Amino acid sequence: MLLIALAASAVASETPSPDRRSGYEFMSPQTRAMQDDDTANPGLLWVLEGAALWGRKTGAAGRACADCHGDARGSMQGVAARHPAFDPARGRPVDLEQRINRCRVERQQAPPLAWESRELLALTAYVARQSRGLPIDIAIDARTRPFLDAGRATWERRQGQLNLSCTQCHDANWGRQLAGNVIPQAHPTGYPLYRLEWQSLGSLQRRLRNCLVGMRAEPYEFGSPDFVDLELFLMWRARGMSMEAPAVRP
Amino acid sequence: MQRLTSRRQFLRVAGGAVAGLGTVMAIRPARATPAEMQDAIRKVVGSARITPGKVTLELPPLIENGNAVPLTVSVDSPMTDADHVKTVHVFTEKNPQPNVVGFHLGPRAGRARVATRVRLADSQTVVAICQLSDGTFWSASADVVVTLAACLEGGVGI
Amino acid sequence: MASALINVPPRARRGEIIEIKTLISHAMETGYRRTQLGAPIPRDIIRLFVCTYNGTEIFRAELHPAIAANPFIVFSTVATESGTIQFQWTGDNGFSVTESASITVD
Repeated sequence: MLLIALAASAVASETPSPDRRSGYEFMSPQTRAMQDDDTANPGLLWVLEGAALWGRKTGAAGRACADCHGDARGSMQGVAARHPAFDPARGRPVDLEQRINRCRVERQQAPPLAWESRELLALTAYVARQSRGLPIDIAIDARTRPFLDAGRATWERRQGQLNLSCTQCHDANWGRQLAGNVIPQAHPTGYPLYRLEWQSLGSLQRRLRNCLVGMRAEPYEFGSPDFVDLELFLMWRARGMSMEAPAVRP
Repeated sequence: MQRLTSRRQFLRVAGGAVAGLGTVMAIRPARATPAEMQDAIRKVVGSARITPGKVTLELPPLIENGNAVPLTVSVDSPMTDADHVKTVHVFTEKNPQPNVVGFHLGPRAGRARVATRVRLADSQTVVAICQLSDGTFWSASADVVVTLAACLEGGVGI
Repeated sequence: MASALINVPPRARRGEIIEIKTLISHAMETGYRRTQLGAPIPRDIIRLFVCTYNGTEIFRAELHPAIAANPFIVFSTVATESGTIQFQWTGDNGFSVTESASITVD
């Protein structure tokens, strides 16, 4: 049983707290071992499939990701660590899944991949894997600041039948027990990740939907601005922390 | 005792009517009992005697999520043609059904040690039975505490 | 998704005991779960895993629903000769996947 002291402030501060810890540190040694071993981490199965999809020609344009981006191990380094990122065409930040689908539609002339589909998870896992070990690096400037603020507002807002805000658990009460589990700090360092509860790989938005349902709040639609703004805020809040994708979590 | 049905399928619905708010109902499949585990063991072992010893069962004592529990079985054996492990079977007493896995080894294994990941539905006792080349059966057991059960908890939903 | 991750040392000394790690994607649907509307989800699991070394069976595992999703099995064998180590998984609904790895034994 962990008896870690409560975080000092319930409000996300501008300066990264020195107490920041990845969800990895709250897991049992066995689950950590599962994440650390690439021959045992089930997330690697999706990375493997993503590598195959990367080279497969598709769409009316008959183009593979590799045709434009070459070897992902070089070209995709750091990409996942920088998303959500501002998309000038849309005038707002987009997350990695949306970025991949934008390529699908515009460059490959293929239909977008459905949220949480096997293919989208595989490609996201493969791209995110290329950022493993790199620090999260979210650029906040005049263009992205309004969306960061919107994401922060969601983080701080009470929602749902339980009238809870994200910050109440994850800033003010991390380390304490909730229904048999330890409350983590909610840093998205490992996405997409293999969640033992899902027995599958899933995206950050899937995890956030679980949170919202757990709070008895209406989960936002996949890809909604509410989600992407919150993702932007969460990644910014975790800036400087190391990417772990594909992580394993209980 | 001859069993009329090889697999029990009756399910008991926990609680009342299906909630309209979309909450997940925990449907509770009938669980195996220690007696059913003994039946499953007997199916493998027959009437032979089972002696505690020789086989080691490694499981974490406290499990945060029962969906993927690392499990290792090993047997102290030279693994020669004359003296080796033929099989190792694993059983549980409280999962919906008692069989977990059956490993078939032999002298070509070199070492009697196999690892996998299993689902555990409750805090319970897990049993491993190995058969050696001389026909004898040996057993080990481990008690585990499971915080979040497999098979019985968690909805199907994205 | 029928991808599998196999880990076999590419090279070994004759008589050396080598460790083989296998991981295959499969939901291992237990047959005990229901959808949110209450409909039962039928069992759909891998039932058998067989490993052969230049055609001779060296390891076999019979799997039940209690094996976790995306089955992970680690076992060992003696490196006897160069050749092919083959892995086959079979299960419900005609599931069948075969993978192989080469090994050089000095």
